[in-house]
Amino acid sequence: MPAVQETVERVRAIDVDQYKYGFTTDIESDMAPKGLDEDTVRFISAKKNEPEWMLEWRLDAFRRWLTMREPTWARVSYPKIDFQDLYYYAAPKAKAGPKSIDDIDPEILKTYEKLGIPLRERDALLGIESSGGSRVAVDAVFDSVSVATTFKAELAKAGVIFCAISEAIREHPELVKQYLGSVVPVSDNFYATLNSAVFSDGSFVYIPKGVRCPMELSTYFRINERNTGQFERTLIIAEEGAYVSYLEGCTAPQRDENQLHAAVVELVALKDAEIKYSTVQNWYPGDAQGKGGIYNFVTKRGDCRGDNSKISWTQVETGSAITWKYPSCILRGDNSQGEFYSIAISNGHQQVDSGTKMIHLGKNTSSRIISKGIAAGHSENTYRGLVSAHRRATNARNFTNCDSLLIGDTCGAHTVPYIEANNSSAKFEHEATTSKISDDQKFYCLQRGLSEEEAVALIVNGFVKDVLQQLPMEFAVEAQKLIAVSLEGSVG
Amino acid sequence: MLDIRNLHASIDDREILKGLDLTLNAGEVHAIMGPNGSGKSTLSYVLAGKDDYEVTAGTATLDGADLLAMAPDARAAAGLFLAFQYPIEIPGVANMTFLRTALNAQRKARGEAEISTPDFLRLVKAKASDLGISQEMLRRGVNVGFSGGEKKRNEILQMSVLEPKLCILDETDSGLDIDALKIVAQGVNALRSPHRAMLVITHYQRLLDHIVPDVVHVMHQGRIVRSGGKELALELEASGYAAYGDAA
Amino acid sequence: MSIDFRNPRTAGEEALAKAVEARLAAEPISGRVGELRRAAAAAFAEHGLPTRRVEEWKYTDLRAAVREAAPLAGAVTASAEAEAGLRAIAFPGAERVLFVNGAYGRGASPLGKLPAGVSAVPLAAALASGSPLLERIGALAPQRYDAALALNTAMLREGLVIHVAAGAKVETPIHIAHVFTADAPLATFTRTLVVVEEGAQVAIIESHQGPAGVAYQANAASEFYIGDGAHVDLVRVQAEGDGALHLGTLVVDMGREVAFHAFQLATGAATARLSLHGRFSGAGSHAGIRGVNLLTGRQHGDVTMVMDHAVPHCESRELFKTVLKDESHGVFQGKIIVRPDAQKTDGRMMSQALLLGEFAQMDNKPELEIFADDVQCGHGATAGALDDDLLFYLLARGIPPAEAQALLVQAFVGEAVEYVEQEDLREALMAQIVARLGGAP
Repeated sequence: MPAVQETVERVRAIDVDQYKYGFTTDIESDMAPKGLDEDTVRFISAKKNEPEWMLEWRLDAFRRWLTMREPTWARVSYPKIDFQDLYYYAAPKAKAGPKSIDDIDPEILKTYEKLGIPLRERDALLGIESSGGSRVAVDAVFDSVSVATTFKAELAKAGVIFCAISEAIREHPELVKQYLGSVVPVSDNFYATLNSAVFSDGSFVYIPKGVRCPMELSTYFRINERNTGQFERTLIIAEEGAYVSYLEGCTAPQRDENQLHAAVVELVALKDAEIKYSTVQNWYPGDAQGKGGIYNFVTKRGDCRGDNSKISWTQVETGSAITWKYPSCILRGDNSQGEFYSIAISNGHQQVDSGTKMIHLGKNTSSRIISKGIAAGHSENTYRGLVSAHRRATNARNFTNCDSLLIGDTCGAHTVPYIEANNSSAKFEHEATTSKISDDQKFYCLQRGLSEEEAVALIVNGFVKDVLQQLPMEFAVEAQKLIAVSLEGSVG
Repeated sequence: MLDIRNLHASIDDREILKGLDLTLNAGEVHAIMGPNGSGKSTLSYVLAGKDDYEVTAGTATLDGADLLAMAPDARAAAGLFLAFQYPIEIPGVANMTFLRTALNAQRKARGEAEISTPDFLRLVKAKASDLGISQEMLRRGVNVGFSGGEKKRNEILQMSVLEPKLCILDETDSGLDIDALKIVAQGVNALRSPHRAMLVITHYQRLLDHIVPDVVHVMHQGRIVRSGGKELALELEASGYAAYGDAA
Repeated sequence: MSIDFRNPRTAGEEALAKAVEARLAAEPISGRVGELRRAAAAAFAEHGLPTRRVEEWKYTDLRAAVREAAPLAGAVTASAEAEAGLRAIAFPGAERVLFVNGAYGRGASPLGKLPAGVSAVPLAAALASGSPLLERIGALAPQRYDAALALNTAMLREGLVIHVAAGAKVETPIHIAHVFTADAPLATFTRTLVVVEEGAQVAIIESHQGPAGVAYQANAASEFYIGDGAHVDLVRVQAEGDGALHLGTLVVDMGREVAFHAFQLATGAATARLSLHGRFSGAGSHAGIRGVNLLTGRQHGDVTMVMDHAVPHCESRELFKTVLKDESHGVFQGKIIVRPDAQKTDGRMMSQALLLGEFAQMDNKPELEIFADDVQCGHGATAGALDDDLLFYLLARGIPPAEAQALLVQAFVGEAVEYVEQEDLREALMAQIVARLGGAP
C-alpha cells in the first residue's frame, strides 16, 4: 500500500525538528550550585525567605528521598539520571522581587509573547474583546520563579488567593501548613519526595466558601536554563461550594541535553466544591534521533475530600521525551465524582506512560475515564490506569474507555488497566480498542479532495473529539493546533 | 377485581402518585390517558411491585388480596401481568426457557402441576403463530435482537401463555407502526374475557381505536381527574391535555 | 516495581528446593530433558516463589499459599486406583486415562485401545525409552520465569505423552482424569505433552478433582504443539477439593491455519491459578479461549493468560466469566501481544464478573501490547451485581427470586459455555455448573 507508506514516511518526518517553541532567552540567571545535598535545600529555602518550618519540611523530605529508589515499573527507558549533575534552582536575576510588571526583564516578557501568553493585563483585555471568550488570569513560572501574576486585584475582591506558592508560604502559612502534602504525602514516591525537598515555585490557589472563581486561572510553565530541573509545586484548595477552572500550559526551549521536570500538583475539593484542571503540555520532545527533550515525571492528585465534590482532569500531552504522569482522584466524600480526559500523542522517539487512578472510598462515588492515545514514528505510548472500589465504597461506578491509534509500524501502543472491585455493589465497565486509521476512511477523505496529511489530521481530530470538548475554549483551539503540529508535516 | 384507594407513591422522596382511586371489574377494559409525567407508568410499576417505588399511603387489592404486601413474583402468580413499555433483553436465556420457567413457577405457586413439555410446546406454538412470532425468535434470547414491534408482540405472547386475571399494558403502542399496532391489538382483543380485566395505559387515542375501552380515565399530577366512556378519548384527541395544564 | 533485593526464603520454598534437589539426585535424566530439568531447578533456587511485587502474581499470593510444602505423593495403591476410577467425573463417550494422586493409573487406563491415529505413553516410560517426542517438551517456555512451571519442570516424572498422527480425525475425546484420593496433604506434579500433527483433529478433556477438606497441592502443566491445519478442542475442568492449591499451566503453540478452542470450568480449590500462554507461530490461525470461574466462600481463583501474536493474520477470542459468591476473590489478567510483523491481527478479550456476595472481590487486568499498526484489538472488563431491571422482569413474570437469579447466572455463564462445540460436552459442563450453583446463593 504505497499511499499508506507515504503517509507513514511523512508522519515519521514530523516536526520534531521544527519545534515551534525552541528558542532560548538570553537573560542572567541566579543559580544554585550544581548538585543536591542539604545545603542545596537550605539555599533554595533561603532564597525564598522561607520560615523555619518550611525548611524543616524540605529537609525531612530530602532525608527520606535519600532512602528511596527510582521507580522502574513504567514502560519507559532512559539513561540513568545523575541527580548530582543538575542545577536545582535557577531564577532570573532581579534586584528584588518583581513589584510590578515594569520590573520584569523585557526579555522574559518577549518570551511569553512568543508563546502567546498575554502577561500584561491590557493585552489580556484586548484578547478578550477580539475572541469574545472569558478572561484568564496568568501566573507565569519562568524556570523556577513565578514572575508575575495578573488580575490579582480583581481576584482579591472575590476573596480568591492566586499567587506564587513561595508567596503563599510567607503570606498564608496557616493554609499552606494545613494542605501542603495532604494529598501527595512527602514520601509518596521518588519524584514527589524530590520535589518536596527542592521545589522552587509554583502556583497557589484558594477559593473561599461559596465562591465561583470569576475567571479561568492559568499558569504557563517554561524551562529555559540549561540543565535545570524544574520542580514546581501547585496547591489548589476549593472550599465548600467553591468552583475553579485552572489551566496549565508547558513549553521548553530546544536543547540537546535532557532536562528533568518533576512537578507535584495537589488539589483539595471540600464539600460541594468543583475543580477543573486542564493541561496542555508541549515540552520539547527531543530531536528526530531522540536526542534531548524533557523528562517529565509528574505527580498530580486530587482529593475529593467533601461530599458531592468533583475533580476533573483534562490533559493534552504532545511533548516531552518521557512522560510519567497519572493525574488521579481520591473519591473520599460521598457522592463525589472524578473525571480524567486525556489525549496523549507521541512521535519521534517519545515515550509516554500516562493514565490515572480513581480510588473509590466514599459511598455512591462515580468516575469516568476517556483516554485517547496516538502513537507515531518510533514512539511508545502506554495507558496505565487503576480503578478501585474499597469494601465500603458502596455503589461505586466507573466507566473507562481507552482507545489507541497507531500510525506506522515502528511504534507501540499499550494498555495496562488495573480494575479492582472489592464489593458487590460496584459497577465497573472498561473497554479498550487499538486500531489504525482505516484505509476506507482515508480513501473517503481523499476522494473528497483532502490531502493525506489533512485526512490524517481530520481523522485524528475526530478520534480525540470527546476529550477536546472537555477543554475550556481558550485551550481547545491551542490543543487542536498542537495536534496538527505533532502529526502533520505540512502544518508546522 | 382491582381496587385502588387513595394510593400515594414516591421515588427518591419525590411524590408521583398523590391519592389515586380506581376500580376495575372482571370483564372490563379501562384506559388511562394522561400527559407525560402524570404518573401513568409509575402506577404500573407500583402495581407490579418495582423496588424503586415507595408506597407511602393507600391500598391496592386484587380480588380482595393485598397486592402491596406481596413480592413481585407473588403478584404475578396472583394473576397480575404487566406488559412493559420497554421490554428487557436477557441475553443467554432462550424465550422458550423463559416462558416455561415463568409458567411453571406460577402454576407451582398456585398449587397446580407443572405443564408437560409436549403440552407446553403445543401451547406456545399455536399462540406464537397467531402473533407472527417465528420458531427462530422463540429460540433466541428473550427480546435479544428483536425489533420494537417484535418485543411488544413477545409481551403479548407471554400474556396469552400466562393467562393472567389482570393485564396492565404500559404504553404498548409506543414505537409501533400501524400494522404492528393492529397485530398487537388483535392479540389483546383475543384475550378479552368476562373473567379478565385490562388496564390500558396510553398517551394517544390511536390504540383505543383498536382496543375499545369500556371506561376512559384521565390522569393528571398523580390522580384520576376525570372518567367517562370511550368518547372521552376522542374528546382528548381533539382538545389535547391543555385543559389539564399540559400542552402535550 | 522490580526489586533487586532478595526476600528471605520461606519454609515452603526451602522444602520445595530440597524436594527438587532430592529428585534430581535420585532420578537423573540425561540429554536435553535432563538439562531442562536442571535449568528449571536452578531458576527456582534463584527466584523461588513470587511475592506480590512480581507483576504476574500481583493478585495471588503464592508465598502465602505455599507456606508449607506438602510432602510428595507416593506410589499408587490398587485401592486408591479403584476409588479414583469410581469418583472421576464422567464424560460419556470419551476414552479415559487415569492419574491417581499424581501418578499414572496403570490398571485403569486404556492406552492400548485408543482410537486409530492416537498413541499415548506415560511420561515415565517415554523418558525411559528416550521418545523423540520429548524433544518438544519445554520448547515453548513463557518469556519470563514462572515459579509454577519451573517447579513442574524440575519435578518432571509423571504425566502423559500424546501423539496424534497427521490427518487423523479422532472422533472419541481423550479424557485425562486427575483424581486425588488421599486424605493427607500431599504434593503432585504432572506434565502432559500433546503433539498434534498436520491436519489432524482431536478433542482432549483434562479434569482435576479431589476430596474436600484436604490441603493437597496439585501442579499440572500441559503443552500443546499443534501442526498446520490441525483442529484441537480442549476442555479443562478444575474441580479440586476445597482445601487444595491448584497450579495449572497451559502452553499452546499453533502452526498455520490451526483452529484451537479451549474452555475451562473452574469450581474447585481454596486457591487456584491457571496460567495460559498461547502463541501463534503460523499465519491464518484462530484461537478461542473461554472459561467460567464459579467461586464461593473464601475461594481464590486466578486466570492469567497471554496471547502472543507473533505472525500476521491470526485471530484470537477470549471470554471469561466469573461468578463470585460470599467473600470469594476472582482474578483475571489477560494480555494480547501483537509483535511488529503481526499485521492484520484481530484480537478480542473480555472478562465479565458477577458479584453476588457483598464482599466478593474481582480484580481485572486486561492488557494490550501492540507493535503493529494494521490490527484490530480490543478488550473489555466489567464487574457488577445482577441487573435489577432484568431481575424485576423475571419476578414480574412470576419467577421466584432464587430461581430468577439462578436463571440469570446460568445465562451469564452460558454465553461462554456455548462456544464448546460438542453438544455432549457442553451439556455435561452445563450440568456441572447448574449443580455447583445450586439454589439461592
